[in-house]
Amino acid sequence: MSAMPSVALRHQELPLSREWRGPVGMWCLIAAESAIFSIFVVAYLYYAGKSLGGPTPDVLRVPIFDSLCLFSSSLTILLAEHAIERGELDRFKRWLLLTITLGVVFIAGTAREWVRLIFIEGLTVSTNLFGTTFYSLVGLHAFHVLVGLTGLSIIMALTLRGFVRREHAKRIGVFAMYWHFVDVIWAVVLPVVYVIGR
Amino acid sequence: MIVIGPLTAAQIMLLVDRYLGGHFFDTQAGGSAVIWMHFFWIFGHPEVYVLIIPGFAIASEVIPVFSRKPIFGYSVMVAATLTIGFLSLGVWAHHMFTVGMTSYANAFFTASTMAIGVPTGIKIFNWLGTMWGGKISFTVPMRFCVAFLFQFLIAGLTGIMLSASPFDWQLGNSYFVVAHFHYVLIGGLIFTIFAGSYYWYPKVTGRMWNDALGRAHFWLFLIGFHLTFDFMHIPGVLGMPRRIYTYEAGRGWELWNLIISVGVLFQAAGILCWATNFVWSYFRGPAAGNDPWDAWTLEWSTTSPPPEYNFGAAPVVASRRPLWDMKHPEDPDWKYE
Repeated sequence: MSAMPSVALRHQELPLSREWRGPVGMWCLIAAESAIFSIFVVAYLYYAGKSLGGPTPDVLRVPIFDSLCLFSSSLTILLAEHAIERGELDRFKRWLLLTITLGVVFIAGTAREWVRLIFIEGLTVSTNLFGTTFYSLVGLHAFHVLVGLTGLSIIMALTLRGFVRREHAKRIGVFAMYWHFVDVIWAVVLPVVYVIGR
Repeated sequence: MIVIGPLTAAQIMLLVDRYLGGHFFDTQAGGSAVIWMHFFWIFGHPEVYVLIIPGFAIASEVIPVFSRKPIFGYSVMVAATLTIGFLSLGVWAHHMFTVGMTSYANAFFTASTMAIGVPTGIKIFNWLGTMWGGKISFTVPMRFCVAFLFQFLIAGLTGIMLSASPFDWQLGNSYFVVAHFHYVLIGGLIFTIFAGSYYWYPKVTGRMWNDALGRAHFWLFLIGFHLTFDFMHIPGVLGMPRRIYTYEAGRGWELWNLIISVGVLFQAAGILCWATNFVWSYFRGPAAGNDPWDAWTLEWSTTSPPPEYNFGAAPVVASRRPLWDMKHPEDPDWKYE
């Protein structure tokens, strides 16, 4: 059995599709994650003020400093990207370290807030609807920050061992998309939980 | 992507409720069970379109080949599919008319659900347009596709009936609904899956199935399908609720349920023919050759079954029917597309 005639063609790599593989994959993840977060935001807003007992959202304090840290980490990862694109590894390391630090400061802030809410205000997941929706939405975001920090730490470890080079800039850029997404989600969660929800 | 996320979110909330003592869906603590329904159906309704779209794709492959014509209105077909995908995100609450929503919500979801009928109608007309004036050969896969067209039309019509919320208040949760969605999923999806299985079997195994058994499968399954699901509408209209395992005698549902059960026997016999045919043909079937249907897409240009590397040389694709172009270099499609 012989194959139908087919015109022989030089084996071509399609540069466009190769280049876009990472970003397209990340955009798909971001679209799916956005759907998940939307549902949690809708649930939070739907149940705002419907708790049968206290504590109410008045116990929340707007985490201005922590939020500023998280938002500025988007800028530092952008600078890290620029550095690796130009092959300046030392500057890349410094900006990456700063990004991780800012993320850790944010997550530490969340941890402090939760400790205060649980042990001083007596608010847990099972206390009332506010507790359920608050810990779910903020916790889901915090979980994404932790995943991002894990990824950034892996990149850091690989960089320190000398595995990250200039040609990896594109891949690091794809990961940076995820970090920006985590930031954007916080830009939604922050007003929903700490401004509208109160 | 967008469709599965809400289910994931709702499941996380359910886990929080069950294992961490949360109150998302706990009406005792002010939570709402109805919002679970919303979240579930935001996933659930687009999901049924996700199920049927591969069936559409199979019909769009099989019908042109056995009508000896390229598919009619390709670009409109694609646009209709995308429109169905987009509209499907805004119809979920038509599963919840009987919950008691506001009249605005009922009106919105009635209208958006009826709007789905437009792109779906376009697709049906395009398949009919493909067959119109074609040299139709009624092979087994083509028969399944023609039955699909007919049945999917009826499934769509009962869908439009149910999308009117006052009508749904009467028939929601009845056997009419069960008949409707089985018409879609069996009459639509399963028929096209059977069509696809017959269409690609020779390519996958290198052997041709037995035509007599194939025809027996088609007729038995068709008769069984119509006995079961046509007659299922009637007890629904008579008020038989779904999800019951028994009912009181003397309600006038007995005869219809008997017919429904008899239909199942026909369907089972049909599926037995299908399974026997495919197992027997795998060992004893005649060699199928590379291109038994004189088809136009690339899988038919390679051997049956295809080698692990698929193609020895990268084929050149210049149109939607690349194999047609290779067979008819004097009149290739790319001149017209």
